[in-house]
Formats: sequence, structure tokens, C-alpha cells
Amino acid sequence: MRKRALFGIATRSILRNKLRTLLTMLGIVIGVAAVIVMVALGQGAQSMIEQQIKGLGTNMLMVMAGSTSQGGVSQGAGTFNRLTIPDAEKLAREGTTLAAVSPVIFSRGQLIGGAGNWRTSIMGVSPAYQAIRDWSTRSGSFFTEADLRAVRRVVVLGSTVADALFPDADPVGQQVQLRNVPFTVIGVMTPKGQTAGGNDQDDTVIIPYTTAQAHLAGHSRIGQIIASTFSPGDIPAAQEEIRSIMRESHKLAPGEDDDFTIRNQDDIAAAASGTTRVMSMLLAAIASISLVVGGIGIMNIMLVSVTERTREIGIRMAIGARSGDVLAQFLVESIVISVAGGLIGIVLGYAAGIGLARATGWAVAMPPEAALIAVLFSAAVGVFFGFYPARKAAALDPIQALRYE
Amino acid sequence: MPAMTATPPVIRLEAVTRVYNAGQNAVQALAGIDLVIEAGEMVAIMGASGSGKSTMMNILGCLDSPTGGRYELDGTSVTGLTRNELADLRSRKLGFVFQGFNLLSRTTALENVELPLLYDRSGRFFGKESPAPAALRRVGLAERMHHVPSELSGGQQQRVAIARALVTSPSLILADEPTGNLDTRTSVEIMALFQELNAQGITIVLVTHEHDIAEHARRIVEMRDGRIVRDTPVANRRDAARDLAAAGAAA
Repeated sequence: MRKRALFGIATRSILRNKLRTLLTMLGIVIGVAAVIVMVALGQGAQSMIEQQIKGLGTNMLMVMAGSTSQGGVSQGAGTFNRLTIPDAEKLAREGTTLAAVSPVIFSRGQLIGGAGNWRTSIMGVSPAYQAIRDWSTRSGSFFTEADLRAVRRVVVLGSTVADALFPDADPVGQQVQLRNVPFTVIGVMTPKGQTAGGNDQDDTVIIPYTTAQAHLAGHSRIGQIIASTFSPGDIPAAQEEIRSIMRESHKLAPGEDDDFTIRNQDDIAAAASGTTRVMSMLLAAIASISLVVGGIGIMNIMLVSVTERTREIGIRMAIGARSGDVLAQFLVESIVISVAGGLIGIVLGYAAGIGLARATGWAVAMPPEAALIAVLFSAAVGVFFGFYPARKAAALDPIQALRYE
Repeated sequence: MPAMTATPPVIRLEAVTRVYNAGQNAVQALAGIDLVIEAGEMVAIMGASGSGKSTMMNILGCLDSPTGGRYELDGTSVTGLTRNELADLRSRKLGFVFQGFNLLSRTTALENVELPLLYDRSGRFFGKESPAPAALRRVGLAERMHHVPSELSGGQQQRVAIARALVTSPSLILADEPTGNLDTRTSVEIMALFQELNAQGITIVLVTHEHDIAEHARRIVEMRDGRIVRDTPVANRRDAARDLAAAGAAA
């Protein structure tokens, strides 16, 4: 039997029952649309996280106190406070692969000035921090090496802080009090947005680490040392170099475990996107259950259709149709229904994805291969769930079928 | 067309039996049938219900296989063929006309007539002009080709069914109670068509329980209890076309 004729028969008999076909398709439509939206959301979240992690800085490496594993027992990063300013200075001095090194001292405090007061995080860093984070100033400038050495009370505001305290004016040159210590605002950073974890990176103030030690913290607790390499290719070598310098600095004997952890951006990205990947795969898996349900709907309707059209099957067989012809006819019919449903589902899924992105501001990525997979998958659903009804039709006895009322 | 000695008979049945439900409740629907139908004949098979004429029809139509004996259709032995081989045989050599017309609803007359061509595997219609319009013209429905069955009268629907049986130029047209659902006048019209087609050389076997209808054939085979009890030529064969003309004149 000619293939085109087969397709014609299928579409005609599908169009004969428009409402029923539409309702049958709905299962596949919803299934495919749901899978597409879930994949789009998952991919969107992942690429957003990757972008944000790239936004942390260029070719960045992070050294944290403590080791992830000591003698096989995981201790978690930051278990021991073993990072010091001399560590950072030694890295900056001896690291041949490192373009810039900065310690980061974390603290929190109340900032008073301008319109009122604001509780925010305080970071004590070196001027190299700006280059490592690839973070420019919106107005004014970052502090310099001279400010650092002179332990000057200068502060650079994150844009959230600047907007909160100085909504109408440029805060550069203004006096503020940080934990009741007077500071001069010398710059405002450009907005960097939220982190993958949802923290506002702009809700912060940045001061020289020397000033932080002298006036705020009262101790030299360094949360991390961040560094950047000259090029992405240097990162593995830099990691090794940092390790040996740190071990030397911490006077670790050979065989002793590291008491620090080095992470590069890829590690951080992998950790963060791994979570979302699992999440989005889970969502897609749940969504694909509805595809299976849709397939069962097709099988149900095809079984009804075979019963209804028993006489037609009998006629076709009497005038020379082989069992295979009847099988093909019903199989093509269920494939046409499911693929058409799949195509509608793709359109709907993409529309929903774009709508969702507009309405909620979530990142949505539409991978074109998802559409292809959706079509193939819905075709497979059509074959799988159409086969049993089609075989039932093909196995009919022509005499019985012709007599069927 | 008179039967020639060189051509095999269209139908040759030798001691054909058909038993349903083999075992204790066995029902012998056909109890040894011998029958030869030559090309160009028009034969009516008659009998009450339960006489075995339906079973006979199914076997002649290659829809069913005999339990015993031999059946040759147009020189081809039907015994022991597979389902697909039977389907191909139906496609190549047979045309069916049913009591209930059995047209596909919501499908035009032309598409209904084209249906058998779809299942042709011999390739004899490939690349040629479709014989469907000609078949419809032959049954006098050239004007109604694009009408669906619900727009046609019963007689017209049966004409479409006859065109569908004709379209593949079969060796044999099998008509199962072709006038069973039609009024008297339309029945005569359909019989006139059958007689016309038979006069053109087409072999026709029709199953009926109405004597009036059977008398349009050249030969009547009567069945009872799965056996042929009478097989005689029709002495005073009815001429449906003449009856129609007479009725028209009377009216």
C-alpha cells in the first residue's frame, strides 16, 4: 500500500472526529509542553548560575581555611581558622601564575550616613580585589595600595547600600560611620546582581583589609583569600602553586593533610549547577509521566476506534487489505495523533516558557534539541500505545468484522 | 461470453466441507459440495437460513477456508493459503457486493470505489489512469462521484458498491443478498445492472432467498442442510430491463 495513501487515510479518519482527536491529543500536548517548560526552566536556571559564577570574577581561585577531607574524614571547608594576612602576602609575592591576590575579611555592621542607617556586610580586601572580581565603580574610584598601607578610613559602597542611604545624591566624598567609626566614601560599585544563592552582592561595603583589622574586627580572621590567574589555562598550575606555597606557609610536613581548601570557579559552578540539574531532571521526569498518561489516553481512544470501525475493517479486508495494511493504518493514525499533539505541545511549551520568563523574570533557556526529542518521544509514545489496538484490528476475522453491528 | 474449454472454470468445488467447532458440538455447515461455475455465468445460490449458503458465500469469497475438499478459484487452489495470500486473492480476483452496501461513510463515492486499488499488490494499476471514474460511469453514477453515501439513495449506494466490486476487473463478483435492503423497484433496477454487466461477460454469483430475484440469473443452485439439493438452469429468465420499461409504460 502506498505510504501517502496510508497517511491520507489516517489524517482523514482523525479529522472525522475532531473533538475526540483534540481531547486525545491533549494528554500528549500537556505532557510535551510540561517537559519543555521544565527543561527550559532547568536549563535557564543552570545557565544563570553559570553566568553568575563567571560574574564572580575572571580566572578566579579561592582559598579557604580547613580541608574538605582529613584522613578520609570530611571536615568541611572553613573548619579551622588558619588563613592569615602573611599567607596572602606570601601568595602575592611568590605566586608566578597569579595575577592578583587579595585576602577577604568578612564582617557585618551598621552603616550610618545620608538618609539614615543600613545594616550590611563589610569586606576588608586589598586593591587587587577589584581586578579579581572584575568589578568596576559606578562613580568615584576604588581605594589604592597607598590607602591600604596608610590604613585610611575610606569605603567603597555597593550599589544597594548607596541607593538606600543616598537615594538622590552621589555619595562620593560624604562622611559615613561604620560601626561608629567615621569613614569617607570614595566610590560606588556598579551593580552585580544576586548570587546563585539569592544573596544581593551589592548589599555590601568594601574597605582596605588593614583598616578592617585596625578599626573593626579587632582580629585578623580571614574568611578566604581570592586570587586570579593570567589566563584560564593557568588555573590547574596555579592551584598546584597555591597549594605548595600554602603548605610552606603553614609549615605542613610532607604526608600531612592540607589544612585549607582551594576551589576554582568551575568547582563552584559544578557544585551549584549540579543541584539545579538534579532538580530540573526531577521536574522533567515528573512531567514526562504526563506523557505516559497521554499515551494511555491514545491507546484507550484507539481501542474504542477499532471497535467502532470493526465493520470498516471488515470491508477493507474483504476487498483485499492484508492484516499488515490494517495494522499500518491504525498505527499511523496513533502516530499522527501523538506527533501532532507533540508539535502543538512544543509550540505551547515554548510559549509558556517565554510567558513565564516575562511574567516572573526567571531565566528560561529553550534548547532546540528538546523540541526534536519531544517529537521523537511522542512518536515513540504513538507507536508504543498504538501497537496493541492496531494489532487487535489486524487480527480481526473479516467474516465476524463484516457482520459486526 | 460462452465458456471455452481452454479456460479453467471460475469456480470449482470438489467435496467441500466446512465444520464449525470441531469436537463434540461440531456443526457441519457444508456437507460435501461439488460445484463448477464457468466464466460468464450468472448463478443464484438460494436457500433458507441455516442452509449453508452464507458459509458457501464466505468460502467462495476466500474469507473462510474449507475444512475438507478442494476449492479452485480461476485456476488457483485456495486450499491451505495463508491469511495474506487469501487477502491478495480477494484483491486480484474478487469483487464483493453486500446486503448492507458496506460503504465507508463520510467518504465520497469515488473514494469508496478507489479503495480496492489501494490494496492492490499486483501493480497493474500503477502509473495508469484510475479506473474508478469509469467504473462509476458503468453503473450510471458519473454525476454523483463526489457525493458521500448519506447523500445517496439506497439504490445509488448499492451502485457505488457494485462499482467498487468492478473496479479491479475481478474474475468473479460475489453479491450477498444485494437487494435485501432495497424496495422492489430499486431491486429490479439493481438486477438490471447485474444482468447488463453479465451480458458484458462478467461472472456473477449472487446469494438470495427471494425467488423473484434469483430468476434474473441464468442458473439457480438451491441448498439445504449444507448440501446442494437442486442445480438447474432458469427456464423463464426474467429480464429486469424489460420489466422496468413495462412498469414505466404502465405508470
